[in-house]
Amino acid sequence: MTVETHLPDAQRHWLRLALANRSFLTGLIITALIAAMALISFVWTPYDVTNLVVADRMKGLSAQHWFGTDHFGRDIFSMIMVGSRNSIAVAFVAVGIGMGIGVPLGCWAAARGGLVDEALMRFNDLVFAFPALLSAVMITAIFGPGAVNAIIAIGIFNVPVFARVARAGALALWPREYILAARAAGKGKALITVEHILPNIASMLLVQGTIQFALGILAEAGLSYLGLGAQPPMPSWGRMLFDAQTRMMVAPHLAIFPGLAIVITVLGLNLLGDGLRDVLDPRLRRER
Amino acid sequence: MKVWKSVLVATAFALSAGTANAARTDLVLGVVLEPPHLDPTAGAAAAIDEVVYANVFEGLTRIGSGGEVLPALAESWEISDDGKVYTFTLHEGVKFHDGTDLTAEDVVFSLDRARADDSTNAQKPLFAAIASVEAVDALTVRVTLNNPQGSFLYNMGWGDAVIVAEESAEGNKENPVGTGPFKFENWAKGSSITIVKNPDYWGEPVALEKAEFRIIPDAAAAIPALLSGDVQAFANMPAGDALSQIQSDPRFEVVIGSTEGETILSTNNKRAPFDNLKVRQAIAHALNREEIIAGNGSGLGTPIGTHFSPGNSAYVDLTGTYPFDPEKAKALLAEAGFPNGFDATIKLPPPPYARDGGQVVASQLRNVGINLEIIPVEWADWLEQVFRGKDYDLSIVSHTEPNDIGIYARKDYYFQYDNPEFDAVIAELDVASDEAVRTELYQKAQRILAEDAVNGFMFQLPKVGVWDAALEGMWENSPVQATDLTGVYWTE
Amino acid sequence: MAAFILKRLAIGLATLVLASIVVFSVMEILPGDPALLMLGMNATDEALAVLRNQMGLNDPVHLRYLAWVAGMLVGDFGNSYTYSTPVIELIGERAVVSLPLATISLALSTLIAIPVGMFAAARRGRIADTSVMGVTQLGVAIPNFWFALLLIYVFAVWLRLVPAGGFPGWGGGVWPGIRSLFLPAVALALPQAAILARVTRSAMLEVLGEDYIRTARAKGMPRRIVLWRHALRNAMIPVLTIMGLQFAFLLAGTIIIENVFYLPGLGRLVFQAITQRDLIVVEGVVMLLVASVVIVNLAVDLTYALVDPRLRSRA
Repeated sequence: MTVETHLPDAQRHWLRLALANRSFLTGLIITALIAAMALISFVWTPYDVTNLVVADRMKGLSAQHWFGTDHFGRDIFSMIMVGSRNSIAVAFVAVGIGMGIGVPLGCWAAARGGLVDEALMRFNDLVFAFPALLSAVMITAIFGPGAVNAIIAIGIFNVPVFARVARAGALALWPREYILAARAAGKGKALITVEHILPNIASMLLVQGTIQFALGILAEAGLSYLGLGAQPPMPSWGRMLFDAQTRMMVAPHLAIFPGLAIVITVLGLNLLGDGLRDVLDPRLRRER
Repeated sequence: MKVWKSVLVATAFALSAGTANAARTDLVLGVVLEPPHLDPTAGAAAAIDEVVYANVFEGLTRIGSGGEVLPALAESWEISDDGKVYTFTLHEGVKFHDGTDLTAEDVVFSLDRARADDSTNAQKPLFAAIASVEAVDALTVRVTLNNPQGSFLYNMGWGDAVIVAEESAEGNKENPVGTGPFKFENWAKGSSITIVKNPDYWGEPVALEKAEFRIIPDAAAAIPALLSGDVQAFANMPAGDALSQIQSDPRFEVVIGSTEGETILSTNNKRAPFDNLKVRQAIAHALNREEIIAGNGSGLGTPIGTHFSPGNSAYVDLTGTYPFDPEKAKALLAEAGFPNGFDATIKLPPPPYARDGGQVVASQLRNVGINLEIIPVEWADWLEQVFRGKDYDLSIVSHTEPNDIGIYARKDYYFQYDNPEFDAVIAELDVASDEAVRTELYQKAQRILAEDAVNGFMFQLPKVGVWDAALEGMWENSPVQATDLTGVYWTE
Repeated sequence: MAAFILKRLAIGLATLVLASIVVFSVMEILPGDPALLMLGMNATDEALAVLRNQMGLNDPVHLRYLAWVAGMLVGDFGNSYTYSTPVIELIGERAVVSLPLATISLALSTLIAIPVGMFAAARRGRIADTSVMGVTQLGVAIPNFWFALLLIYVFAVWLRLVPAGGFPGWGGGVWPGIRSLFLPAVALALPQAAILARVTRSAMLEVLGEDYIRTARAKGMPRRIVLWRHALRNAMIPVLTIMGLQFAFLLAGTIIIENVFYLPGLGRLVFQAITQRDLIVVEGVVMLLVASVVIVNLAVDLTYALVDPRLRSRA
């Protein structure tokens, strides 16, 4: 592997590396397709998912209904399209909450050390001691089921994850020479964190973000399956699986397609995350 | 390998059972809900009665499979001319499962306990008319009422009015001690409840030696359990869309009966805009009952036009009062001042009839311009917010209490319906004991409710009875919430 | 070493105390009146008031908290509102389903994952490695409840080999019980095995790159011995960490899986208790789960110290 010296070359090199990485490429394509599906669903779906046509209930696969219809006669393909919005939105905001709170906390703990650091670690211990799903069930039980509360429940458990990643990354950077130099030049810890630490841990956070995004989609599906996530009439993949369970014997297609949608989306995000790590983290790249 | 072995064993057993003449005497029944406890005098849960009613506990009277009042612990009774004094004569030689004798004192204790100030009986209004209960002698009880009550003997047949013994009353929640033909044996929480034949039963002995109520809450588990033979009967099966598969299987008998469950779109009659008769009429015209029933799984259920069970002889079919007509609904909304419709909420408790039915209702109302926000609630929240707090616009609930049209006369009831004309009819009913008069009054009451469109009257919940074809004696309908096993036997 | 253990113990204890406060406060704000639920639709106000008093719902908050904690310390978790039996009995009845389930799953997942991970690491970059990793990638992406539905469809509905749900109890022998737990255990284990296999593989790769392994190989030590004796031992730390986390996940994962299969286990108990507002049961089960997570993590921490002597001096 040659060492790149010029910036434009370095960029080209990164791109070449990324495109040569099969995980990254596959993940990117899948993720882009799912995102495109979600966006298209805002302007077009084959059928209106809010309109129930009970007479057409539980029809099998056909040219009119590619994935068949559900127990209210709704088009399953359209529902999967619209359901992707819910999955993406919940996971995205939950990651946002985790990053928005966790990263500053982690950086603060790394910069201050001592009591602040200890308190953060204990907070992490506490959150990790609660099985996440159990707590999510409790949270939605208190505030009522719904997409917003599912976001909060999943988001809370993202906080310590990002706090830990940010803290570990920042702790490793603080003893570095250029940081010491900046400190010697009289820069404050906050400024150093923003100028030097954050840009350097950004790639780690991005990778973790992708993974948490995938976990968020799985968690949302689980909560919706238990009836605690998005509520009807808003279609949601997990909810579709719940509705499918009692009808699987007569109409297995009700269970197959929403499940596949979840698997493909999560698979795409995980591949993207793996690929990103390979491309962004030279140390791991060497090890492969 | 093991699996094949068990198949062989099962086949061998089936063959030998076919040749030998001894019929089976054990039964596993599936039930949807696990009772919170087993004392029918301290809880409203239908799941309690479904296990213990008529099997473990008995009252002075009991309700038969056709909804008729039958003698039970009381072998006979006399009613005074003014209809206020009931003198019950108890059966001789009745013993509780702990070996103690049933006496008139137990009846006095049970009824006094149920109507006491600190009583936790869920159906206290059943006993409200009682002025005093006294033991005349060991086997005679005299109940004096404040005023004549036509439904008194029927009321005494409810599970909430069963006779318990003072010594064992406190422990009945965990270890029910009754007088019935079955004794409680074991309760594996979350899994099953077992009752066994009571060898010392005073009446006709039952055919079954042992019955197990296995808790199977959902169709997904119920169907395989039935097909595999693990469970041989469901008095009311959550079969949903898989029912067709079971109906085509000759091993099983499927009986679609009726229940006392009027499934209605409960409406808050005091909250605007639902206080406007035109709005309620518009909703009634917007509902397509056939579609609601079809969207509810197996597509069973009888459309109703008022709050009355179609199985009752006094029932009038009023489904034509406000037939499905979206255009008419829109016109009525416009007349009521909502040409563009309005927004409202619908709070849905957990059962599928509510959660699934609610989506169909929401879709139908949206077609006439009423946009419903669906709010799913757990039963605890439903009871607190909707039932007691009256904080709701619309809801969907199946009212499974038998013969409960009188709730519309209660001022504090969550429908918040208030119509003096209707109250007068119910007051008359309370004192009428002539059948023809009662029928006429019931029909009058039904018509008032239908015309006032108090609630959206949708359908009568079906009872999907499924059992092994060799099993006889299961109830086809549920006039009361019960799984009466006293007449159940195997033919092979 | 002693200081390390003491510190971990103190942290575990503090976590438990904090958790008990969180759980209790959360239950306090949960809407719904348990007394009302017990009595149902036609309950009168007097009956409700009487019952609330009987249940101790009218006492001040801090007294109820202290009474609850003090009770738990002596093994008294209070009485269930809905079942009116001691919570500890309920937990005992349900634990005989959930613990075997979680244990079988963890065992299954470990037995599959560690050999697979090592196999892949030993064949790094070859087709065997990439295909194994592809399969695990898929395993990580499959929601366990969907996998469970597919298993039910194939093995219970179609082939009718095992029950689709429910639990016959251990009274009728061990075999029917295990048969009922088989599908749920597989459904829980496979996605976990996929994660564990990936972790094992990368931990092994890291170790295999180290000098002493190369030295051992250079000295002519057989590959298999190097792999199993030296490399695996040193790769155990990340693997153990993940297994500790997975145990917690498995316990909580039973909520969904027990709902799919209608198993009367702890997960289903707590789920039902939440919907029935049986607060005291929820509190008891959650505290028990939290305590087991804390204990398992403590055990994992201590195992680190045993597996890696270098860690002993730190802490």
